[in-house]
Amino acid sequence: MVTGKGGTGKTTVAAALALALAGRGARVLLAEVEDRQGISQAFDVPPLPPTEVPIVSYDHGGQVVGLAVDAKAALLEYLQLFYRLGRAGGVLERFGAIDFATTIAPGVRDVLLIGRVYEASRRRVDAKHHRHSDTSPLAYDAIVLDAPPTGRIGRFLTVGSEVAGLARMGPIRAQGDSVNELLTSPATRIHVVTLLEEMPVQETIDAVAELRGLGMAMGAIVVNQARLADGEDFPNASARAWAGAGAVADLTDWVDTLTADLPTVGIEPKPALVTGLVEQVRDHAAREDLERTHLDALQQLELPIVSVPALLDGIDPDALREIAGLLTDQGMAGRMTARATGRGTGGSR
Amino acid sequence: MSATLDLDAVLADRHTRIVVCCGSGGVGKTTTAAALALRAAECGRRVCVLTIDPARRLAQSLGLVELDNTPRPVAGLDTSAGGHLDAMMLDMKRTFDEVVLAHASPDHAAQILANPFYQAVSSSFAGTQEYMAMEKLGQLRAQADRDGRWDLVVVDTPPSRSALDFLDAPKRLGSFLDGRFIRLISAPAKVGGRGALRLVNVGIGLVSKTLTTVLGGEMLRDVQTFVNALDTMFGGFRDRADQTYALLKDGGTAFVVVAAPERDALREASYFVARLDSDGMPLAGVVVNRLAPEPVAGLSAARARAAAETLEDAGHAGSAAVLTLHARLSDLAARQRNLVRRFTAGHPGIPVVTVAALAQDVHDLDGLREVGAGLAG
Repeated sequence: MVTGKGGTGKTTVAAALALALAGRGARVLLAEVEDRQGISQAFDVPPLPPTEVPIVSYDHGGQVVGLAVDAKAALLEYLQLFYRLGRAGGVLERFGAIDFATTIAPGVRDVLLIGRVYEASRRRVDAKHHRHSDTSPLAYDAIVLDAPPTGRIGRFLTVGSEVAGLARMGPIRAQGDSVNELLTSPATRIHVVTLLEEMPVQETIDAVAELRGLGMAMGAIVVNQARLADGEDFPNASARAWAGAGAVADLTDWVDTLTADLPTVGIEPKPALVTGLVEQVRDHAAREDLERTHLDALQQLELPIVSVPALLDGIDPDALREIAGLLTDQGMAGRMTARATGRGTGGSR
Repeated sequence: MSATLDLDAVLADRHTRIVVCCGSGGVGKTTTAAALALRAAECGRRVCVLTIDPARRLAQSLGLVELDNTPRPVAGLDTSAGGHLDAMMLDMKRTFDEVVLAHASPDHAAQILANPFYQAVSSSFAGTQEYMAMEKLGQLRAQADRDGRWDLVVVDTPPSRSALDFLDAPKRLGSFLDGRFIRLISAPAKVGGRGALRLVNVGIGLVSKTLTTVLGGEMLRDVQTFVNALDTMFGGFRDRADQTYALLKDGGTAFVVVAAPERDALREASYFVARLDSDGMPLAGVVVNRLAPEPVAGLSAARARAAAETLEDAGHAGSAAVLTLHARLSDLAARQRNLVRRFTAGHPGIPVVTVAALAQDVHDLDGLREVGAGLAG
């Protein structure tokens, strides 16, 4: 599960994580549940239908399959699969029951969305016998869900138990229980994407507390658009050393040094230019100090922190591959693969 | 080239009675709403700002410790122009309870409030927030008409999977209440009736059977009790949702779409602009927030980068780093300007204003004033 405050890039991270896992040979289902078509935009492919569509396939067998989960399609599929309600499905549709269930009845929508992902997590390669055979391999080694944002994630993930609490028996109850069991098992990990800004960091801390309280297993904190970790960005080590130990150097020193250095590369050190450059340094350093305090706050969570630098040219398939590489280098895909393999040998519930 | 969005004019116009800030998550919607409300209040408007966010971001921005379901005066305001500012955060369960208490008889109300389905729906399920936001906006507007405490209500839209849910709430509610399904579930006889076609009856039989199979008999009974109990208050509920929807379409409402200078956020903004247009909602314009600061003039990115390399080789690491930073800031600013230019070119006639990013996070009134000044251009 990949969550995060809106606007922090959780779709990008989810897509890159799926790519990273597929790059290591896993068959990965990448699912989104918010009708945003974020996956197709990230991979620059046509909008995804509510069925599973291969997006990326590697020669070594690794694969990313995309799925834009649609509540209505999921309900009709579900009815078809478990109740064989060919005709009743159509009647339900005409009576507005499908609309009721997927848009009006709060919560049912989330159950359907997560239920669809749950179904995919249990499906086995030999689909025809999937209800009888628990020996054939699982259809997916890993599932990456671009989950709802931090503000909604607790509610989204507990919807199984909410529904189980409402329906004291019957198939909905059973479905709610199963979903809840999967979500609170170690097979599920929740990664939180954040920026080093006050509000996203606060929401991350709140969400981790909430999710831990719900008994969910946390994964990594992914710091997106990080300036600190790559060591390449300004102020880099040498500049910081040069600026002195303090967060903001004595501005006069900077002015003097630039005024002396710029003419050596043919740039006239006009006072306005020099002052402007020094102010940029000061503002940047101030922002970086602020980011450092946010990073410190995240470190208190005692979760692995993974960083992804800002990519100025926006997100496209190349950028995704680059981020996937960074996630793999930082161990995120490795841990996931280990769990995914563990799941594969686990047998069915 | 599009016109510049003049938000001061929007706020100063006494005909503007509702400002709705909408846009995708993470673009500074809540901060924008708070900053506009503060600015309007300090210009003499009597303002109430409604936020719906569970993370209490507005509370932080306003330096308030707690926001509950009641508008509370914001302290530290400059009231010399005669305005004031109240702030509140939506408590959806409490709002829902209030609706029940206001519309149902005491007996019915008690029955509804005790129903397990109601309790789940009103407190924890997604989707309720949008309905209750509309309800609360309607309440605030009605209170403003009644006692005159506010002449402007500023609303921050819910952080829903799609901010459009805010607009859809009354329509969905309306179609739900008018739908055959609700009549079926609350009182099957109304749909069928004695003279009804056999086919319809077969359909109802199938639906009822299916519902019982899927939901389980007990849950279905809970739902039926819930729906029946709510039935007494549905009329008033829907009327008010319709009224609020009409209010939003009214000339006294100004929608402000908030975006950030990033491809995805601007794409969402485009979608939102189109949607408001197709619903006939009055769009004041688009705010593009958090624009990177304009780098100092007189040195191109390419030249700075080349010079930085030379300086680095010559052992002037500090100056090299300064110029590298300048090159990066220049690239970023150019990229953002380009995105905004493409957006405005694609939306001729829609006023746009850009707001520079602040070096610090906003968490007090001074910070909000600074944002407000930026919004005013």
